[in-house]
Amino acid sequence: MLANRKLILAHFWFAFAVFGVALTLGAWQMFIRSPIGTWLSNPELYYRSLTAHGTVMGYVFPTLVAMGFGYAISESALEQRLVGVRWAWAGFWLIVAGSIMAVIPIALGRASVLYTFYPPLIGNVFYYLGVVLVVVGSWVWVALMAVNLRVWRKAHPGAPVPLAMFANVAGSYLWAWTAVGAALELLLQIIPVAAGLKATIDAGLARVFFSWTLHAIVYFWLMPTYIAYYAIVPRAIGGRVYSDTMARISFILFLVVAMPIGMHHTFADPQVGAGFKFIHSAFTALVALPTLLTVFTICASVEIAARLRGGRGLFGWIRALPWDNPMMLALAFSFVMLGFGGAGGLINMSYQLDASIHNTQWITGHFHLIFGGAIVIMYFAIAYDLWPHLTGRELTDLRLIRTQLWLWFVGMIVTTFPWHWVGILGMPRRMAYFDFGDPAIAPQALSVTFSAIGGFILLTSGIIFLVILARGMRAPQADAGPYRFALAVHQPATVPVALNTHALWVALMIALTITNYGYPILTLALTEGTSVPAVYVGAQ
Amino acid sequence: MSAEDTHGSAEVAARVERRWATIAVIIIVGMALLAAFAGIHRATMPQPRVETTDPSRIHLSGEFVESNLGSVLEANGNVTVRAIGQQYSFTPACIVVPVDTPITLRATSADVVHGILVQGTNVNTMLVPGYISEQLMRFTRTGDYLMPCQEFCSFGHEGMWGKVQVIDKTDFANRAKGGGRLSCVGQ
Repeated sequence: MLANRKLILAHFWFAFAVFGVALTLGAWQMFIRSPIGTWLSNPELYYRSLTAHGTVMGYVFPTLVAMGFGYAISESALEQRLVGVRWAWAGFWLIVAGSIMAVIPIALGRASVLYTFYPPLIGNVFYYLGVVLVVVGSWVWVALMAVNLRVWRKAHPGAPVPLAMFANVAGSYLWAWTAVGAALELLLQIIPVAAGLKATIDAGLARVFFSWTLHAIVYFWLMPTYIAYYAIVPRAIGGRVYSDTMARISFILFLVVAMPIGMHHTFADPQVGAGFKFIHSAFTALVALPTLLTVFTICASVEIAARLRGGRGLFGWIRALPWDNPMMLALAFSFVMLGFGGAGGLINMSYQLDASIHNTQWITGHFHLIFGGAIVIMYFAIAYDLWPHLTGRELTDLRLIRTQLWLWFVGMIVTTFPWHWVGILGMPRRMAYFDFGDPAIAPQALSVTFSAIGGFILLTSGIIFLVILARGMRAPQADAGPYRFALAVHQPATVPVALNTHALWVALMIALTITNYGYPILTLALTEGTSVPAVYVGAQ
Repeated sequence: MSAEDTHGSAEVAARVERRWATIAVIIIVGMALLAAFAGIHRATMPQPRVETTDPSRIHLSGEFVESNLGSVLEANGNVTVRAIGQQYSFTPACIVVPVDTPITLRATSADVVHGILVQGTNVNTMLVPGYISEQLMRFTRTGDYLMPCQEFCSFGHEGMWGKVQVIDKTDFANRAKGGGRLSCVGQ
C-alpha cells in the first residue's frame, strides 16, 4: 500500500466528486438546449451551469488528478518517502477553499462569465480569487515534485530518473509555466477591475494572455494520460515499453512545443497580426509530433505484450491481447478517440480551415472528444489501477468496470460526432436554446437530440464509476503489493544528461514563449486607447 | 537470449523507430509548407492587420456612426459592409449584399466580445471591442443566410441572430443608385 494513501485518496475523491457534479450539469445542459427539453424561462441559469461545468472540468478536476497521481508516482517510482507532506496537504486545502470560493458566486449568478472569463465581461471578484487559489494550490505541488526529484538525485547521482517521474515533473513544469498566462490576465487585468479599482480593460490583450494558458493547459490535462500509456499500460497487460528514450523525447517535446502555440485560438481575432498567427499555426503542427511518436511506441509496446502471449501474424496478434483487462480496453478506447479528436484538432489549428468551424459546436465536440474522451477515460483507468494500492482492497467486479468503460466510450462518440456535424452546419457555441422551429435550424434538431442522449449515457457511466470506487472502499482486504511501473524492453543503465534533466528544456520552453508571445503582448500593452469599459454581470 | 541478440534487436528497434519519426516529421513539415503556400499564393489567411477603435466613441464620430452602417457600392464595383455588434443584436440586423461580388466586411463591437458567423459559408470572425475586424467575402448563391453571434456575450447571447440577404447584382445596383447605406432591416 502507498504510504501517502490518505493524501492521494483525498485528491482523487475530491476530484471525482466535483467531476460527478459537473458531469450532471453537463448532461442537463445537453438536455435543456435540445429539442427534447423545454425552453428555459431563464437562460441565465444555463450560463451559470456552463460556468460551473467549465471551471470544475477545466481547473479543478484534472489538476487534482494530476496532483494525486503525481504524489503516487513520486513515492512509488522513486521508492522514497514523500518530502513535504504537510505542504502537500496545504496545497490540497487551498484548492478546496478556492473551489468553494469560486463556486458560491457562480451559484448565485454573480459570475456567469464562463471559465474562459471573457473580459470586458466582469463577474464577482471572489470567483477570480477562487480560481487563483486553485492555481496557487497546484503550484505547491509543482514545487514538491521538483524538491522530491532533487532529493532523489542527491541520493542517486547520475542514475536514470524513472520514466514515470521524469514525465510527471515535466508535466508539472509545463503547468507552472502555462498557468502564468491566465495568472497575468487575472492579476494585472481582471481582478483590479472586478475589485472596483479600475473600470476599463484591454479585451484584446486579455485574449492573448488567455491563449497562453488555453492551449498548453490541454497538454497538462493530457500528461497523466500519457504517463499511463507509457508507465502503466505495458505493465498492466504484461508487456514492455518499446523504447524508454523515445518516451523521454516525447515528454520533452510536449514541454517545449505545447507552450508557444496558443494563438491558434485567436486566428479569427482582430488584435493579432497574420505573422504570429502563422508562426503559432506552424508550431501547433509540431505538437502533433510527440503524439505520433507516442502512438507508434505504445502500439509497439502493446504488440510486445500480444506476442509474449502467443500472438502471431501481421495483425493476428491483436486477437491475443487481454481484452478482458480494463486497462487494455481503456487504452484502445482512448486511442480511437485520440485519433478522431487529433484529426479534428489538425483542422482547428489549420491557418485556412479554422474559419469554417471557429467557435461552432465543432469545437465543443472536438475538445470533449479529446479531453472528456481520450484523456478522462485514462483517468478512470489510473483510478482503477491505483485503487487497490490506496485502499488495501481489491476491485473485484471487472465486468462492471468494463461496462463503465464501454458506456463512456459509446456515450462520448454518440455525444461528440453529431456535435462536430452541427458545427460544420454553422451552429454557434454556448447558446442556452435554439429555435428549432426555424426552417434553417430545424435540420440540426436530430443531431442535437443524439448528442443529448449521449450526454445521458455519459452520466450513467460516470455514476457507475463513482459506485465502483465507493464499493472498492468496502471490499474484502487484499494486499496489492508495491505499486510498480512498466519496464522498457531495454531498460536504460545510463541516460544522456539532456534526457535525464529538465533544465535545458524548461529554458527552451520559456525562450520560445518569449519569442512567440513577447512581441504581440508588448505591442498590445503599449497601444494606446484599446482599454474598453468593463461590463459587470449579475450586478443589476 | 544472448548479449549479441539483445544488441541486434535494439538496433532493429531503433531503426524502425527512426523510420517512423522521419515519416512523422515529413507529414508535419509538409502540412506547414502547404499552409504557407496556400496563404501566400492564394492569399487565404486569417485577418492580417491590426486596427483599433474606441468603442465608447464609435457612435459619435468615425467609420461606425449609425448613418454609415450598412452596405455601400464602391466606385470599383466592390461592396463594403460596415456593422457593429452590441448586447444583443447586430446593426444592421439584416445585411444586404449582391451575389458574385467581392465584399469587404468591416465590423467592431460596441461593448463586449461578440462574433460574426454566416452559416453555410466560411465567413467567421471575432468582434473584440477596441479593435476592427475585417473579412473578405463573396457569395455565389442568392438567398438568406443566418448570422448568429458565435461568442458568449452574456445572458442574451442565445437571442443574438442576424441575417445576410444575398440578392441579384442588378437589384443591388438599382437600390444603391440613391446613395446612402443599404440594409434589409424591416423587409
